[in-house]
Amino acid sequence: MKLKWWHIGLLLCLAVALISPLASKSPDGLEKVGEDKGFIVKAKDAPFNVIADYAFPGIHNEALATIISGLIGTLLLFGIVYGGAKLLKSRKKEGT
Amino acid sequence: MHIPDGFLNVTTAAVTYAVSIGGIAYAVKKAEKTLGEKHVPLMGIMAAFIFSAQMLNFPIAGGTSGHLLGATLAAILLGPWAGLLIMSCVLIVQCLVFQDGGLLALGANIFNMGIAASFVSYYSYRAICKIAGSDRKATLVGVFVAAWLSVFTASVLCAIELAASGTSSLGIALPTMAGIHALIGIVEGLITVAVFSFVLSTRSDLLTLQKI
Repeated sequence: MKLKWWHIGLLLCLAVALISPLASKSPDGLEKVGEDKGFIVKAKDAPFNVIADYAFPGIHNEALATIISGLIGTLLLFGIVYGGAKLLKSRKKEGT
Repeated sequence: MHIPDGFLNVTTAAVTYAVSIGGIAYAVKKAEKTLGEKHVPLMGIMAAFIFSAQMLNFPIAGGTSGHLLGATLAAILLGPWAGLLIMSCVLIVQCLVFQDGGLLALGANIFNMGIAASFVSYYSYRAICKIAGSDRKATLVGVFVAAWLSVFTASVLCAIELAASGTSSLGIALPTMAGIHALIGIVEGLITVAVFSFVLSTRSDLLTLQKI
């Protein structure tokens, strides 16, 4: 299989996911404002958990749990958007 | 600035959901008409990159962190409607799979970070290129300003929605949200310029793709 530019692009994206444990743990802009101004207490947790807070469930090593969820999310989004775009493009060809 | 559930009242959530669903539906129609062979992998890569880059929170002044939005990158390379679609997919996956951003607030998050950020950055970039010319330096300045504006605009909209929901008063939410995101926007600008110049020097043909 000939290596295409986007194969390398996807590898670069996965490499970014690999360094995700280095991310700052500080609250983001909105959370910080919520904490400072006191309305953060209004935040409600989601009624369900899949991979909450980017930590893959059941893995005790925090960095590894983050990396795995990062890789899953990156591949998931590539798949969804690549597949979706392909579908839309093929619909155009059929002229519908 | 993914809004969690509990911050928005029903009216604000419903209005932003309606606008976002309408925007996505129109974007799908637009994409159906214009999508070409080369768009498909670039859209996929863009979504993958925005997701992974959004995980990398960087520290900002005063114990706060920020992360890339990425809407500017997507909108400038692929057009605002494609940017909207890509950002919507990222935000939907973050909400449903990673519990980042509330389910009821998803419409507002798509409106702020997907629709508004894509369109503001696309048209501000175009305007700057028209005024300043299209040499490398002017282009990169345009990219930087567009990226900064996208974050700033999204934070202002977020503050307005918080105020409309009675979560915080506009007098408090607007200056604090806009202030901190004015700083985060600078980093958004720097990262976007860096990635954009990387694309410019490795695959400049991608810049000439028809915009969606």
